[in-house]
Amino acid sequence: MPLIVKDWLADHVEVPADLTAEQLAADLVKIGLEEEAIHGAAVTGPLVVGRVLEMTPEPQKNGKTINWCRVDVGPEHNDAEGARGIVCGAHNFAPGDLVAVALPGTVLPGPFPIAARKTYGHVSDGMICSVRELGIGEDHDGILVLTRHGFAEEDLTPGQDAIALLGLGEEVLEINVTPDRGYAFSYRGVAREYAHSTGAKFTDRGLPTGAEPAPTADGFEVQVRDDAPINGVVGCDRFVTRIVRGIDPAAPTPAWMKHRLEGSGMRSISLAVDITNYVMLDLGQPLHAYDLAKVSAPIVVRRATPGERLTTLDDADRALDGEDLLITDSPAGAGSRVLGLAGVMGGASSEVSETTTDVLVEAAHFDQITVARTARRHKLSSEAAKRFERGVDPLLPPVAAQRVVDLLVELGGGTADAAVSDLDNTGATPQKQIALKVTEPTRLSGVEYTPEQVRSTLEEIGATVADASAAVEPVETLLVTPPSWRPDLTGPADLVEEVVRIQGYDQVPSVLPAAPGGRGLTAEQRTRRSVARALAEAGFVETLSYPFVGTPEYDALGLPADDPRRVSLRLVNPMADDKPLMRSNLLVTLLDTVRRNVSRGLTDLAVYEIGLVTRPTQGAPAAPTLPGGVRPSDEQLAALAAAVPEQPRRVAGVLTGRRELAGWWGEGRTAGWEDALAAARLVAERARADVVVVPDAEHMPWHPGRCARLELTDGTLVGHAGELHPKVVETLGLPARAAAFEVDLSVLVGAASGEPVAAVPVSAFPAAKEDFAFVVDGSVPAEAVRSAIVAGAGELLEDVALFDVFTGEQVGEGKKSLAYSLRLRAADRTLSAKEVRAVRDAVVEAAGEKVGAVLRG
Amino acid sequence: MSTPDEKAPIDPLDEAALDAAVKAALDDIAQAGDLDALKAVRTQHTGDRSSLALANRGIGALPGPDKAKAGKLVGPRRGRINQAIAARQSELEAERDARVLAEETVDVTLPVQRTTAGARHPIELVQERIADFFVGLGWEIADGPEVEAEWFNFDALNFGPDHPARQMQDTFYVAGDGESGGESNLVLRTHTSPVQARSLLERGVPLYIACPGRTFRTDALDQTHTPVFHQVEGLAVDKGLTMANLVGTLDAFAKAMFGPEARTRLRPAFFPFTEPSAEMDLWFPQKKGGAGWIEWGGCGMVNPNVLRAAGVDPEEYTGFAFGMGIERTLMLRHSIADMHDIVEGDVRFSTQFGTEI
Repeated sequence: MPLIVKDWLADHVEVPADLTAEQLAADLVKIGLEEEAIHGAAVTGPLVVGRVLEMTPEPQKNGKTINWCRVDVGPEHNDAEGARGIVCGAHNFAPGDLVAVALPGTVLPGPFPIAARKTYGHVSDGMICSVRELGIGEDHDGILVLTRHGFAEEDLTPGQDAIALLGLGEEVLEINVTPDRGYAFSYRGVAREYAHSTGAKFTDRGLPTGAEPAPTADGFEVQVRDDAPINGVVGCDRFVTRIVRGIDPAAPTPAWMKHRLEGSGMRSISLAVDITNYVMLDLGQPLHAYDLAKVSAPIVVRRATPGERLTTLDDADRALDGEDLLITDSPAGAGSRVLGLAGVMGGASSEVSETTTDVLVEAAHFDQITVARTARRHKLSSEAAKRFERGVDPLLPPVAAQRVVDLLVELGGGTADAAVSDLDNTGATPQKQIALKVTEPTRLSGVEYTPEQVRSTLEEIGATVADASAAVEPVETLLVTPPSWRPDLTGPADLVEEVVRIQGYDQVPSVLPAAPGGRGLTAEQRTRRSVARALAEAGFVETLSYPFVGTPEYDALGLPADDPRRVSLRLVNPMADDKPLMRSNLLVTLLDTVRRNVSRGLTDLAVYEIGLVTRPTQGAPAAPTLPGGVRPSDEQLAALAAAVPEQPRRVAGVLTGRRELAGWWGEGRTAGWEDALAAARLVAERARADVVVVPDAEHMPWHPGRCARLELTDGTLVGHAGELHPKVVETLGLPARAAAFEVDLSVLVGAASGEPVAAVPVSAFPAAKEDFAFVVDGSVPAEAVRSAIVAGAGELLEDVALFDVFTGEQVGEGKKSLAYSLRLRAADRTLSAKEVRAVRDAVVEAAGEKVGAVLRG
Repeated sequence: MSTPDEKAPIDPLDEAALDAAVKAALDDIAQAGDLDALKAVRTQHTGDRSSLALANRGIGALPGPDKAKAGKLVGPRRGRINQAIAARQSELEAERDARVLAEETVDVTLPVQRTTAGARHPIELVQERIADFFVGLGWEIADGPEVEAEWFNFDALNFGPDHPARQMQDTFYVAGDGESGGESNLVLRTHTSPVQARSLLERGVPLYIACPGRTFRTDALDQTHTPVFHQVEGLAVDKGLTMANLVGTLDAFAKAMFGPEARTRLRPAFFPFTEPSAEMDLWFPQKKGGAGWIEWGGCGMVNPNVLRAAGVDPEEYTGFAFGMGIERTLMLRHSIADMHDIVEGDVRFSTQFGTEI
């Protein structure tokens, strides 16, 4: 993002001499240009201009030759003999040269503190610096000789402060430009914003002055042949060319320009390129300089044809796309050679070089979307593309081209050619007029603005404001034509933002609105909280995991190849290539969390997660692409809904190690299948849904003999709970006997009646307690015995509890004994012994009939 | 202890002998060191064969006038002994109880937690707290899908297909179905804002909703970024809502989350779905390197195009919307320096927060 060099900004707007980067940042942020960073002073300490007096080459044992130099660094810094001794390994300078010397105490970028040091048999009392060491370029060629870097000898004196000279002492503000403010990618734009914020005097140097020459018949011919406009917008609506001849190819870029470019984060390349970059940064118009000798008229702006390729200036060979807009020339027929990607990057073939004397300057205006797509397609976020995709002032090309010509003439010794071309179709898309009710800014902001304030603010940003006919609009309405550099202003709300922004967001008062009153949390939201809290109170710790998985994670769970849980949504651009899928169940990622904890030595675990899983339907239709700003039809909304995959909310938990801790009281208790099932049942209970439990011998990752399937009473699957399969436990490296559950909260919430509980009166009559020990076949589930007892006991049964399970010789091979305690009670009387006996007989009979239970003798 | 003296029954009229028997009994009672001893003493001095009992029995054989006299001599003396026994009984019982309780003393500093305590994840707790704040204002809480149609995530929010802002969001794209091929036009929602259009379409206006939830962007995990994170979205659409109402809501929200000293400021920004748009800064006294403003979220007046996409007339209704990062809120509020702690699922992190923050 743009770096703001203060003295350059001052070309456009009055800034106080003592303006700090912090203050500038504060002024700009108020108006919406956010501070990205303040880059500290690059160099501190005594960096001074020095003149090399003597240079003695001294060959060394290691084969290198060093120079022992005496350098005049000014009377303030020189030793008694009028110079300092410095050892230097470079050879690209000579006695008499003016150089930058870092004296002891200087800190160069790195940070690299300079001190006097003994080396090669001398005390080197400082360092003669290279461009690279000063952080102002990548030049490896050696020492920075100031006169070769654009400084005139008469301006330099030994001892002079080189930090100021090279502009290395300034803090530089880097700002962040939002996508709607393309014009703030220029000093022109930032200066205008600074003026809006501070009221400083601003001069717009981007407006046409009238001095720009009109196109001539002999101007370099340009044709726009766009046979595939995007959204009906021709890719190029303006193309200005200018020619400057006889430039001295050796003419250096002046130091001031280098300083400004480098301060703005751009490297100096050559005079012609530097000038185009300079004018781009200054005014916001991307420019291109061609070697005139390498371009064959006419230039044709056209879309690429399949198979065309271009080597861009960054040396990348690129296959072009039919949507790419190209600048071509015509050595073998019109448009036969590709020169560059319009508005994005030029090609290597027509580049200005160290032999270029005649330059063809391009200042054009390209369609935002065309440039944005090409930049995105080729991953080329060039300075030009950044500006064009955000919008560039279509009136700028002739102004900017004139600046380039002026600078090439002045600094390169060239001569401006009278031939000018200006292909201008901008008139076809004039800036739209926006009707703005003068009360609209107040309606949206809550700040009372006078009509005068509204009008003057809009004029301040460069808009033209006219009154609408009173007959047409009952409320005073302004017809606002936004300035040419603000393509982002398209509707009344945009203008309101300008008014509020320029007047100051701090003017907006704080008024809490009174909402009409809501219905509180939904049943689903309340249940989610209730479940989460219940599990936490039951000793489970809530964790969150990323929903990304890969096939190996499903394999680790032992899911069969045709398991529906392997049907997962795939991401085009996953974070990690081995995890491109969206989880279809929670356990798969929760187990990863468990492994991390276990690997950190936390082995007694009870964790849970509540979150969405994705259950796509195979062959699901793609979501329709629909425009914004229009309500889709009900059919379209239905199509959108159908394309979005099912994303039920699940709850999963895992237990490893001890459920009850070891301690002075004993060994504790290892977590098992029953803890997982209890937690799953707790979830269902909190969701107020009735579930039944049946064994499930085929549901990985659970143990085939220790897995419970939870269902609604109508058979709808709710989830599973139990011990994990030993193989899964081994594969994942979990403590033995780890247990887990996963249930579908969405199903449970859907099953809950939501009706208020109809309370049963509490009976205060005495209870009768009856115990039974039944012997049943070992394969009979306890739940079946319990149901039989419940059915037999009838309505007098208040509670039934299984208090003992026993197998052994006494009950016989393949049998088990289940002992139940029943509490019987009537609502309206004390039960008689006869009644209790009747219940007892009925229970025994039902148990015998339904599950073959025999009362144990 | 004196031995029972059956052989010499006391004359019920022999006052001196009676007194001697009483004294002997009282001495024995006083000396009874425990309840068992006292029981023996009781048998000896009040039992059927004790001298006073025998004396009492002897009264019946006395001639008339002596009966009354002897009764007055023996009765009160037996009473005194019974009283003394009762008193001594309570004393000894109290001593015994005290001793038993002392013996049952435990070390109350022993660890007593036999199960580890559970905890909620603080990201969830902060979301609930935020929801509670908005419910308190009379707003409702809306949920939406995480895998979302591009239309809801972008187009409905005024991000056109070529909008540069669509590119600045680092979006996870969902692959098209293998068989049908092509594009799915689904994304992992990059913000909670798609719930804006969903809620407007489903619930209509006036609408006051907050939507906390999980969001996704392709940022690598580091100290301050995570590709999977949480936001809370707020949206109010009604007749006559202004930016002043936005500011009022944000101020109240900031105070609810960060205490009564919390302040906010708005500065101009850009979001496709709001116009005017603002970044919201929070005055943060604990900021590293000194108190200052820190970015808390984005906000603005709902762009008319967003209202239109949901079939709401922007001439009649205005609205405001805002969104802020839950992780950022949590990190600021609880001095969490490293995002890794929030996302890794280490139980030691969640456990610090318990079930309420």
